[in-house]
Amino acid sequence: MIGCKDLTLSFGDRAVLDRFSLTIPDRGVTALSGPSGCGKTTLLRVLAGLERPQSGAIEGITPWETAILFQDDRLLPWRTVEQHLTDVLPREQRGRVPELLALTELEGEEHTRPAALSGGMGRRLALARCLALPARLYLLDEPFAGVDLSRALRILEGLKSLPAPVLLVSHEPAVLTAANAVIQLDGPPLRVR
Amino acid sequence: MGWIKYPKKLICPLLPPAFWLGVWQVCAFWVDRRLDGKGNELQLPYPISVWKALVHLVGTEEFWATVLTSLGRIALGLTWGVLIGAALAVLTCSSRWCDRLLSPAVRVVRAAPVASFILLVLLWTGRNTVPAVISAMMVIPVVWDNLSRGIQAVDPKLLELAKCYRFTKIKTAALIYLPALRPYILTALTTATGLAWKSGVAAEVLCLPEPSLGQRIYYTKYYLDIPELFAWTAVTVALSMVLERLLRACLARWGRGWGT
Repeated sequence: MIGCKDLTLSFGDRAVLDRFSLTIPDRGVTALSGPSGCGKTTLLRVLAGLERPQSGAIEGITPWETAILFQDDRLLPWRTVEQHLTDVLPREQRGRVPELLALTELEGEEHTRPAALSGGMGRRLALARCLALPARLYLLDEPFAGVDLSRALRILEGLKSLPAPVLLVSHEPAVLTAANAVIQLDGPPLRVR
Repeated sequence: MGWIKYPKKLICPLLPPAFWLGVWQVCAFWVDRRLDGKGNELQLPYPISVWKALVHLVGTEEFWATVLTSLGRIALGLTWGVLIGAALAVLTCSSRWCDRLLSPAVRVVRAAPVASFILLVLLWTGRNTVPAVISAMMVIPVVWDNLSRGIQAVDPKLLELAKCYRFTKIKTAALIYLPALRPYILTALTTATGLAWKSGVAAEVLCLPEPSLGQRIYYTKYYLDIPELFAWTAVTVALSMVLERLLRACLARWGRGWGT
């Protein structure tokens, strides 16, 4: 069972997590929804080991077993679409490039650099790169920002069949409806509604 | 109207040098008039005299030996300067203690007069080594300064990405630091090439290694052959510009298509 127990984290006087606990289903896509600034991104960053909580514990997983998609794309202007994936994929899994491009609907863009991609394509490339990383938990912060809804829903179906669970943040009602589970949040400090 | 563009492309780069040649010609003529045609070649020779001296030099065997030997010395100094400067930049950016220890030394090298270093290095090593060592010493602070600023300016979000996506240190250097440093490397190399030539030839003038551009420049003073002094200076400037253009072209190829 993957989850967190009694996580507490403050930035100065501002408590973002206050004894926050959550259990993540073992498979499928779990969507986190809540108002901006309630602490969803901070929760993902804590699970990925990028923020150290003042107290509490993460259970069933270590940061090195997670893969996080950041809220911004963080693409490398000097690498092509294919190189973005091969940079992350382990050597023995390089053959997964076409599969990842198909999942994120980027086929035919292998040799394109980020400057020539649209905003939505850049977002899908960032998602493909995140999925290229072998992980036991995928943490996706607004993976469909700038992606058209019909395509987002198709990609979401693909995410459901991944061998590892996916925890994603979204504000899009259709994405929340299509996810396997939805956790409504509020805050700060972050709490399950 | 493509036919207008072509001559424009050809003429525009030629206009500034043509203007300065004209200024030179007028100034030389003015000096000639002031001296009643007696000895203007000792103060400001005409461009045509310099051109004749240059053509005469290019036809001699010693010219190529001199040019290639100086080019070799200065290119060697430039290479070592870039390598040491880059290594120092990495060290001072990666460790606070290295920064505290090394930064003052590099700043002293940058501020100290080049003539002092030339004389000291001449005492410590043979005269043939001085130009390369001096070129390297002048290049090190420039490369260190530019690359240090570049390393500090690398996007921390990309470094966080590298950490999360389990990039090794070598991969982080190759995929994030090096491409992000490209504009800083370009600035460093452009400035460093000019400095390497200036300081290297100055060292040759003072130490007279054989054969060398500096030695030939020194002899022009000895024999008061001012057109030849201008000719050797033009050769030095041309070599510096060619080397700089070559390095710029290499870096431009490296960054093609990035859209940055």
